[in-house]
Amino acid sequence: MFYREAGDFKTSYTADSQTFPIKFDRYRYYVVLAVAFGIIPFIINDYWANALLLPFLIYAIAAIGLNVLVGYCGQVSLGTGGFMAVGAYACYKLMTAFPDVSMFIHVILAGGITAFVGVLFGLPSLRIKGFYLAVATLAAQFFLVWLFNRVPWFYNYSASGQINAPERDVFGIIITGPNAPAWATYLFCLIFLTLCAILARNLTRGTMGRKWMAIRDMDIAAEIIGVNPLKAKLTAFAVSSFFVGIAGALFFAVYLGAVEVGEVFGIQKSFLVLFMVIIGGLGSIFGSFAGAAFLVLLPVVLKVVGVDVLGWPTDIVAHLQLVIVGALIIMFLILEPHGLAQLWRVAKEKLRLWPFPH
Amino acid sequence: MNKKLATLALSALMVAGPAMAELVIPDLSYRTGPYAAGGIPFSDGYNDYFTLLNERDGGIGGEPIRVVECETGYNTEKGVECYESTKGEGALVYQPLSTGITYQLIPKVTADGIPLHTMGYGRTSAANGKIFSNVFNYPANYWNGASGAINYLLNENGGDLSGKKIALVYHNSAYGKEPIRTLEMLAEKHGYDLTLLPVDHPGQEQKSQWLQIRREKPDYVVMWGWGVMNQVAVQEAANIRFPMENFIGVWWSGAEFDVEPAGEKATGYKALTFTGLGADYPVYDDLKKHVVDSGKAAGAGDQLGSVQYNRGLYAAMLASEAIKTAQEMHGVTAITPAMMRDGMEALEITNAKMESLGMAGFGPEFSVSCENHGGPGLVGVVQWDASTGTWNKLQDFMPTDAEVIGQLIAEDSAAYAAENNIEPRCE
Repeated sequence: MFYREAGDFKTSYTADSQTFPIKFDRYRYYVVLAVAFGIIPFIINDYWANALLLPFLIYAIAAIGLNVLVGYCGQVSLGTGGFMAVGAYACYKLMTAFPDVSMFIHVILAGGITAFVGVLFGLPSLRIKGFYLAVATLAAQFFLVWLFNRVPWFYNYSASGQINAPERDVFGIIITGPNAPAWATYLFCLIFLTLCAILARNLTRGTMGRKWMAIRDMDIAAEIIGVNPLKAKLTAFAVSSFFVGIAGALFFAVYLGAVEVGEVFGIQKSFLVLFMVIIGGLGSIFGSFAGAAFLVLLPVVLKVVGVDVLGWPTDIVAHLQLVIVGALIIMFLILEPHGLAQLWRVAKEKLRLWPFPH
Repeated sequence: MNKKLATLALSALMVAGPAMAELVIPDLSYRTGPYAAGGIPFSDGYNDYFTLLNERDGGIGGEPIRVVECETGYNTEKGVECYESTKGEGALVYQPLSTGITYQLIPKVTADGIPLHTMGYGRTSAANGKIFSNVFNYPANYWNGASGAINYLLNENGGDLSGKKIALVYHNSAYGKEPIRTLEMLAEKHGYDLTLLPVDHPGQEQKSQWLQIRREKPDYVVMWGWGVMNQVAVQEAANIRFPMENFIGVWWSGAEFDVEPAGEKATGYKALTFTGLGADYPVYDDLKKHVVDSGKAAGAGDQLGSVQYNRGLYAAMLASEAIKTAQEMHGVTAITPAMMRDGMEALEITNAKMESLGMAGFGPEFSVSCENHGGPGLVGVVQWDASTGTWNKLQDFMPTDAEVIGQLIAEDSAAYAAENNIEPRCE
């Protein structure tokens, strides 16, 4: 009824190739943006920001990054945690070396540095594929964590080997450190997520994205029709690592404030982001959001329900949480192997015909 | 979106909960994961002491105590979530029992005006109250521990360690790295060789470290381990037949569950301590009567008298004494976190006080001041005897090298102050 393209006439090529060609989709997108930018910052408190929204926004950026690599270009990577660590440590070194520069620039530069490191570790992808590539990126994960643990220059020779985010601002508004207001940290991450999502969406719709998908679907065929695999794979690694680096920088500087590389950016982080991408849906920007929301919010919801509402012991709830999240993951993968994004796609198809299905 | 709305509604309910007419103590515990072996007894002891106060005395100064437990799994992200979800309830003091989470919380509690007590762990230089206004780590810290271990070895060797080889097996995290600087300083002073052997989280894989020990044959091994890492290390030491009496663990590596898996071979293993051992204290009679027998014990109720249970009990005792001090100072019973901070800074633990609490000799006598948040730093040494299943005291609480530690604390806290633009207080 509401959700259909009939009657929505496009009179220019720009209008025809816009991101959301269906009017209802477009309005929904504007409403989400309006709520996220116009309403939530005014009602947000510390708990909402630090326990739910910041991790969701930051993991969504990381998931978009990994989705570019795994979902669009078909290169399996287990190095996400290591690349996030590169972003975090790059951001830390920049923050402490240039205290007067705006955080925006630091975060973007951190993303750039990570992109460079990502390209380096992406080089083997030209020769090895599939599981073997996953193992090569796994090496990146362990090497990077080891490096940041081992070389004291990265953590400014602090006694504990931890990095702590000093107070830094953007246009005079404190973004990092304990005195940063919840709305500011939220908006800061939201702006990055919005920019990253728009960028990723448009990249994947354009020439570059099509090349990536050609490589993913069949690399030999892609090469024959003129896609340069070197360029396609390395750009995918660069773009993916850029987003992951931004996520790592935000994760350290804005969300946690103090980071210990082995614990925060270990192999389990790589798996977590990979699960987000798989559960959300490979090759879908919306899927990255859905996957991040699923794996960040669900444990907290279960905890709130179990401990605060039902009053169960905390250890039982912690164990149940693992069981329930695990069971849901298996269920989703059996019932909908293409992830939450596919559910959404199917729902949209149904809506398009509603209320008169064939 | 729906999930978000549901949690929004739920947490709105939580915030609009009961009015604050009680003393709220959050307990950031971990009863799951590779560190649960240490987290469970500590949290049980912490909870049981407050339950005892509620049952026997009706709380502190007539105010009932409400302990809010939150599971962190020794994970910093969950720790942040726990902190944010409990601080709004009027939390008086945080004790996360995790050095990683402590580092997260130090700036946050300082901004929010809530005290943080990291008893025998956390950031050592927080002992400098001039810089760390809201962080306390009395009665002893890691650098006291490092120095205490070296002092003990000095005594064993007639005051001379030159030419000896000492290996440090440590958890490769902020926790395990804390003592390195002190041990290096002391190595310069006393002339021993220090070998560093990091063990990665969670610590189940230590073959290569112990192979290196077997090859290099250090005279002593000092360990900074936690959770499952301890058991593995003791077992590996037994496997390579390293003489157990030359193996010393910090206080977090000296509980029953750390040595029991290695059986008879663990006899002789030594550990540091800053609290009393066993259940031979009058307070345990009250615990039995008011808490255990009425079925109100936390967890499974089977940890009474174990080493880490005693530490939890001790931590709760120090917190409740600080609450009493704060109530007397400010003349109100329903204290705020800011008053709690004042109470902790004015805390005085005397032998008479501990005796009246039924915990005579449980810990050292000490008093906290604005400058010194670290207490006296007295360290004892105990030894495991597998045949009786007990820890036996080898050395009473002894002072540590205040000169070296004081200098390191001043350096590290000055660096923190410079990084964060903190003006020293207490003048």
